Amino acid sequence: MSDIVIKAEAVGKKYIIRHEGQESYQALRDVIQQKTKGLFAKTKPVREEFWALKDINFEVRQGEAIGIIGRNGAGKSTLLKILSRITEPTEGRVTLNGRTSSLLEIGTGFHPELTGRENIFLNGAVLGMNRAEIKKKFDAIVEFSGVEKFLDTPVKRYSSGMYLRLAFSVAAHLEPEILIVDEVLAVGDTEFQKKCLGKMDEVSRNEGRTVLFVSHNTVAIESLCSRGFLIEQGKIHTEGPIKHVIDSYASLTNTFVGKGPIHKLISEGAVIQNFRFSSAGNDVYTGDKVMLGQELKIEIEITATQKLKGLSVAIDIKNSNGELYSHIINEDDGYIFPDMENGETRVVTIKTSPILYVPGDYIVDLWLGSYQTSGYYSVKNALHFSLEQSDVVGRKMPLPQHTKVYLSSTWN
Amino acid sequence: MGFQIVIEPGRTEKNYWKDLWRYRELFYILSWRDIKVRYKQTTLGILWAIIRPLLTMLVFTFIFGTVAGMKGRSAVPYAIIVFAGLLPWQFFSNALSESGNSLVGNERLITKVYFPRMIIPASSVITSFIDFFISFIILLLLFVYYRYVPPVQVFAMPLFWIMAFIASIGPGLYLAALNVKYRDFRHIIPFIIQFGLFISPVGFSSDVIPAQWKGLYSLNPLVGVIDGFRWCIVEDAPNPLLNYPFYISLAVSLLLLVLAIRQFRKMEKNFADLV
Repeated sequence: MSDIVIKAEAVGKKYIIRHEGQESYQALRDVIQQKTKGLFAKTKPVREEFWALKDINFEVRQGEAIGIIGRNGAGKSTLLKILSRITEPTEGRVTLNGRTSSLLEIGTGFHPELTGRENIFLNGAVLGMNRAEIKKKFDAIVEFSGVEKFLDTPVKRYSSGMYLRLAFSVAAHLEPEILIVDEVLAVGDTEFQKKCLGKMDEVSRNEGRTVLFVSHNTVAIESLCSRGFLIEQGKIHTEGPIKHVIDSYASLTNTFVGKGPIHKLISEGAVIQNFRFSSAGNDVYTGDKVMLGQELKIEIEITATQKLKGLSVAIDIKNSNGELYSHIINEDDGYIFPDMENGETRVVTIKTSPILYVPGDYIVDLWLGSYQTSGYYSVKNALHFSLEQSDVVGRKMPLPQHTKVYLSSTWN
Repeated sequence: MGFQIVIEPGRTEKNYWKDLWRYRELFYILSWRDIKVRYKQTTLGILWAIIRPLLTMLVFTFIFGTVAGMKGRSAVPYAIIVFAGLLPWQFFSNALSESGNSLVGNERLITKVYFPRMIIPASSVITSFIDFFISFIILLLLFVYYRYVPPVQVFAMPLFWIMAFIASIGPGLYLAALNVKYRDFRHIIPFIIQFGLFISPVGFSSDVIPAQWKGLYSLNPLVGVIDGFRWCIVEDAPNPLLNYPFYISLAVSLLLLVLAIRQFRKMEKNFADLV
């Protein structure tokens, strides 16, 4: 007997995209309308085939913890849905050897009007436990969740944290041979997340259960899983030891390719003709490095397209996830633009103080407007640079990734 | 190991009924949830299940019995005749609207967990049974009020409960499945119910239909069900089992059920992608 518990052979899933509506369902009248139209016209409504997954092959052995990563829309969720039997594959075949439970969401089936106690039974049944099994584990579930006091309160009165804790506790007490988990831990407080990760780890490591784990949280994946797949555009891009897969994912998401500046005219007023970045006396272009502790110098050439009284110029610096780190605007630094005539061009030079964010990728956006309210012009992605650690920081090791800003200090 | 699942296109077909049996516990618990929530949410709760049929009965007794002058064809009080028809009708209309909207209402479950989808509309029909049994309280009160003793065939009633269930679940499944794909069925269901009330012998006895039309009239499955209920409750109502139109109704209900199951199974695989 082989110890392969999941075997996927040439699995594919095709969706038909209809272009006339965003909704997957239709109204009958539309169908009738189309059919009637079809009687007279030769053209068929535009339908496009889309393969969410194509030719997926893999094997998972018993007791393995597999991490599945990929960008949004890469096909991870579709794969999980097929493995959980929620949707059928269009082609191929999957064999699952063992009782399978999937957690694509926690608290599925929870009803806000029912009490915590009732929801434990309901959710347990939805996840495939039988009544006797739930009864046996009831006390453990309640204890793990820490909501004993509110067991007989309708869950609609729970705080969102309590709700999640209760929901996860039910899920954590599932005892399937194969557990399929989607990104369910992205929610909830860090303390509880850790507890859950610990529980999952225990499940796969000590009890010989097979776990398939999908997440964006590469740290969690790395600590839980030994092997993994990277799914990209419906195909398995990389497969192997988890470290290797995570590196491959990182290189996929951190490319600068195709991320040029995007100019946008918002309303009549002024336009950005040109801009230039430099740091420590050297020009900086997209993809270049900037050293931590250096300033960033920005030159912007602005032309007024009408008579302007007071202009605002803003510079946003975001990390690659789009989190705004700094918002620089002339008024904050006490600089007032002189009035401009229609057609007048002016070059403004801005120099920041030393940048002390943690090393990583950052994006700079530019914006023109009047008194911070209505915009004239914007340039998204004007610069995409990577900030590198320098000897401004005493340590030789990289700064911890989960910190955001290096704050220098004096010690006595 | 002994527990193997193979996932392939078209595979669900093979173990369909076995799977349905395996998930019976979920069926119980979903029915229990629906019942619990139904009587928890409304402050009137159970009272609501009484008020609605009671008021309908009063109005129908007045309109059909007094205004249309149908009273007096039977020795039995007209209110009881109306109520005997109203019982299965209320059940049917509740069951149809509940199950018709059940899949769309349980979207979260369908897109996140696997189970045989038929459980959802089936469990919502069960909920309607509870309302149905509550309405029996009114019937008992009517018996007491009119000092009326039902005939012995009242014990045959469970037979017609089953028939009412079959007549409701068929169209219910059909509408539930179609509603997932074509959302305007949401508006069609109330229309079917409203229309059905007039073409079913709820406020009047089906005797008023001329004999030569009775066969055609019985294409409406509710005709057989209501006639059955009347026979059990009203002592001078004819026994429908002795005449062929009843079997037309029965055959139509069974046919609808078979067609509905077939349609449901065909569409069910795509519910998660559509809903």
